[in-house]
Amino acid sequence: MKTLQYLLLLTFLGILIVAVTNLPPRGDVTAPVHQHVNPAGTIVAGTYFIQHAYEDARTPNMLTVVLADYRAFDTLGEVIVVFAGGLACFFILNRGRRKP
Amino acid sequence: MSTTNTELCSKESSMMAPTESPIVHLASRGISPVILLVGMYVFFHGHYSPGGGFQGGVLLAAAILLLRLSLGTSLSQPVMPSWITLRLSALGALIFAGIGLLSILLGGNFLDYHYLPMPWLEPAYLRYYGILLVEVGVTITVMTTLVAIYDDLLGC
Repeated sequence: MKTLQYLLLLTFLGILIVAVTNLPPRGDVTAPVHQHVNPAGTIVAGTYFIQHAYEDARTPNMLTVVLADYRAFDTLGEVIVVFAGGLACFFILNRGRRKP
Repeated sequence: MSTTNTELCSKESSMMAPTESPIVHLASRGISPVILLVGMYVFFHGHYSPGGGFQGGVLLAAAILLLRLSLGTSLSQPVMPSWITLRLSALGALIFAGIGLLSILLGGNFLDYHYLPMPWLEPAYLRYYGILLVEVGVTITVMTTLVAIYDDLLGC
């Protein structure tokens, strides 16, 4: 069992290292995010969201549209982190307390 | 599991003993619905003002935790039973992921609200209500997880 745990940890470490080394370079000017032109004519990252948030979702709060629509996958991760935290508290705090 | 929970929570140990003061009881029972109402407002008004699922969920949890603190765990069971908290938490995460999977099944990308099965709405409002449905899941998860952590600390 211990060996399996260490193997799992090493596997996830390997996956993380592979994922991190394959990330695009930080601040890459040619990335698609940095190619949007705002109405003033300058190139600004994220202009698309500012210009299209209301037409796409009819929601005046731009932050909600980005959080729950354009970047909803990230919010799903946050929710699962909260749920995993509650689950971990359940297992740690109830250890040895409840006999099934 | 539910029966052992109620047995545990009906036993008033020193840690979960409620205060005897009627002022605290009455004040908390009066304030708690107001906090619930503000929480619902913050949640539903996330489309128009700062707010949304996380903040609204925390406010709803605060209302329930106020009752837990003042009335004691056993007397505040009817508001939210201890056995249901973690299950509702899982249900909230499931609502969020289920909407994403539903839009995959109906031919879109993951969490693409454009493909939700509500054909009487125009696409922009489809996204509007998709955001609202997703925030329902976020609210349920955040609210019940906070209550579940408090109950775990007391052993209920």
